Amino acid sequence: MPAQVPTAYYLVLAAILFSIGVGSFLIKRNIITIFMSIELMLNAVNLTFVAFAHQWHQISGQIFVFFVMVVAAAEAAVGLAIIISIFRTRQTLNVDQIDLMKL
Amino acid sequence: MTNACYLWLIPLLPFAGFLINGILGRKLPRAAVTAIALIFTAIPAAIVAWLWSVMTAANAPEAIHSVCGPWIAISGFQVNFDFTVDHLTLIMLGVVTGVGFLIHLYSAGYMAHEDGYWRFFAYLNLFMFFMSVLVLASSFLLLFVGWEGVGLASYLLIGFYFKKDSAADAGKKAFIVNRIGDFGFLLAMFLLVAHFGNLNFTDIFATISQHPEWHGGFLTAIALLLVLGATGKSAQIPLYIWLPDAMEGPTPVSALIHAATMVTAGIYMVARCHTLFDRSTTALIVVAIIGAATAIVAASIGMVQHDIKRVLAYSTVSQLGYMFLACGVGAYAAGIFHLLTHAFFKALLFLAAGSVIHALSGEQDMRNMGGLRKRIPITFWTMTSGVFAIAGIWPFAGFFSKDEILYQTFISGNPIAKLLWAVGLITAGMTSFYMFRLWFKTFFGEQRFDEHPELAHGHAAHAGEDEHDEAQAAHPHGVHESPWIMLLPLVILGILALVGGWEHTAFGNFLDPVFGTANAATQAATAASHGLELTLAAVSLVVVAIGFFFAWFFYYKKPGTATAFALKVKPLYSLLDHKYWVDEIYGAFIVTPLLMFTRLILAGLIDTGLVNGSGALAGATTRGLSTVTRRIQSGNIRSYAGWLALGAAAVLVVMIFGRGLWPH
Repeated sequence: MPAQVPTAYYLVLAAILFSIGVGSFLIKRNIITIFMSIELMLNAVNLTFVAFAHQWHQISGQIFVFFVMVVAAAEAAVGLAIIISIFRTRQTLNVDQIDLMKL
Repeated sequence: MTNACYLWLIPLLPFAGFLINGILGRKLPRAAVTAIALIFTAIPAAIVAWLWSVMTAANAPEAIHSVCGPWIAISGFQVNFDFTVDHLTLIMLGVVTGVGFLIHLYSAGYMAHEDGYWRFFAYLNLFMFFMSVLVLASSFLLLFVGWEGVGLASYLLIGFYFKKDSAADAGKKAFIVNRIGDFGFLLAMFLLVAHFGNLNFTDIFATISQHPEWHGGFLTAIALLLVLGATGKSAQIPLYIWLPDAMEGPTPVSALIHAATMVTAGIYMVARCHTLFDRSTTALIVVAIIGAATAIVAASIGMVQHDIKRVLAYSTVSQLGYMFLACGVGAYAAGIFHLLTHAFFKALLFLAAGSVIHALSGEQDMRNMGGLRKRIPITFWTMTSGVFAIAGIWPFAGFFSKDEILYQTFISGNPIAKLLWAVGLITAGMTSFYMFRLWFKTFFGEQRFDEHPELAHGHAAHAGEDEHDEAQAAHPHGVHESPWIMLLPLVILGILALVGGWEHTAFGNFLDPVFGTANAATQAATAASHGLELTLAAVSLVVVAIGFFFAWFFYYKKPGTATAFALKVKPLYSLLDHKYWVDEIYGAFIVTPLLMFTRLILAGLIDTGLVNGSGALAGATTRGLSTVTRRIQSGNIRSYAGWLALGAAAVLVVMIFGRGLWPH
């Protein structure tokens, strides 16, 4: 049986990715970067799902990941459309300047 | 005991009229409003006429009851929606519905040119409803419902011309002064409940009859509190001040509410409670003194008034004093008899005065009248009947009733009976004087009014009484006799004022079932010599003649001497002219301190300081706290995300490191 990478490694990697996602979400002003950091957080979570699914030999974790991916794809489609629309009306992607819901 | 639920029709039909006219009246044509108001008062009058025939038939029941279920029922204490008709109620009902209907008829003509025609009739029907409830009630509480209700209707109708400040103020004054009386009435009811455990007339009076040893004590307290209530409603000293001001209302209202019916509610109530009053000598003496004092004070004020309606208003107060006097000496039947005749001739006088005012397009000052005898003959003749009746000239109605009161006072066992009689006699002279003064000043002598008021001061004078709109420009100005719809009630009442007193012996017997043998005064009267009665009648006729002579001399023979005479006795005249400064005294000693207390303590300290202050304090505290907390709500999306992340981190920390903090 080949030596396996311990689950803890995956979890640490996922935690690091998630923290990077949270940090950049808070720090970055560009709305596209913020969007990317959300994707990063989602994928960090996906990684933990897959890691645990592998460890416990449970298929449900894998399936959950597919769901997350589908939702993330849909979210990306809608989100990018909104971003384009915002850029067209505001000529900016700085979140600090688009804190009004009124156009 | 038969159940006669048809009694409910008497109050409920006018109430239906009130609802229809009150809700839809604005949209309805005037003819429809008139028809509704008249029909819904004519049917109760017809029912009462039928009741009258039932009650006067041979082997008639002593009383007709209508049991219509409980109103309030709390363990052991019960008040029902019950109506009772006995002979006393029957007379009151006859006055309320009969005179009420005539006045409705008159109003249709008198108010024809007014705005708010539908409103007027709606209020008038509302009044009829409450007044019927008042006289039909078989318990103190139901009577009180009517009592308050007529007060409300009175307030609404006094303030009918609510755009005029004086009318609105007069309405408020009437309502507030009546509150003082109602306070006494309420306390009396509390005492009755405390001592008798219920408020039904029959139960309470039966209990009193079963205890012949009860005299004075708490009965005096109850009686005196009831008297306070009666002085408010019936405009007696010390609460009479609202009635003269109530003349701000339209004249038919003065006739119906403030002369014929509502103001007699106090007398009715005292007569209704005669069993109670008979047990309290103190209360009876108080009633008699109040009555006599009111009679003479009001009559003396009435002698110097110039406004035709104010003369009649003070005259009403004075005549109500007579009725109080009669009740005070135990001659309840005489009091009710005077109530009946007074309803006829005073309603007549007010309606005739209204006709005069109508003829002169709103002029109420007698100094601007005169010589109207030939111009408005029917009004003149009917008013003459009223004047003769109130002055007490044989064979007009007022002679019999007033004489009965004076006679009963004279022979009563009251310790100051002779004094009361003398006061009553002088008042009779004053009554004769001021009524003939009114008569001469209005109908005789030279014309002191402007023939074509619309040219000179027509609309200015009109603004007082009427509120004209454009459509009424066509209304004929100048002196004119009133339309038949106003004259018909005048003629009917004029005849009643003449013949109303002729059945005076039968009247006393008629009320015997109500006042019964308890009415010792009547028994004594029959026993006393007939000669004394005739002598006293002759004396009062002489006094009346003297009053007539002075009025004739001052206002017909030598007009102008009155002014000269008034100047000679200037302090006295001034005293009367200012109505003994009663309004001013009440103002200085009661109203002003009350206002000061209200404005400074209640409004200034409590309302502004305490109530507003606590509100402001709560607001300031919240605002102060929010300056700190609102920093969190920055509107910056990344700061929200930061809080979210911090929170999530905190939960995570607690979950990882806080496992030992709670039991598993």
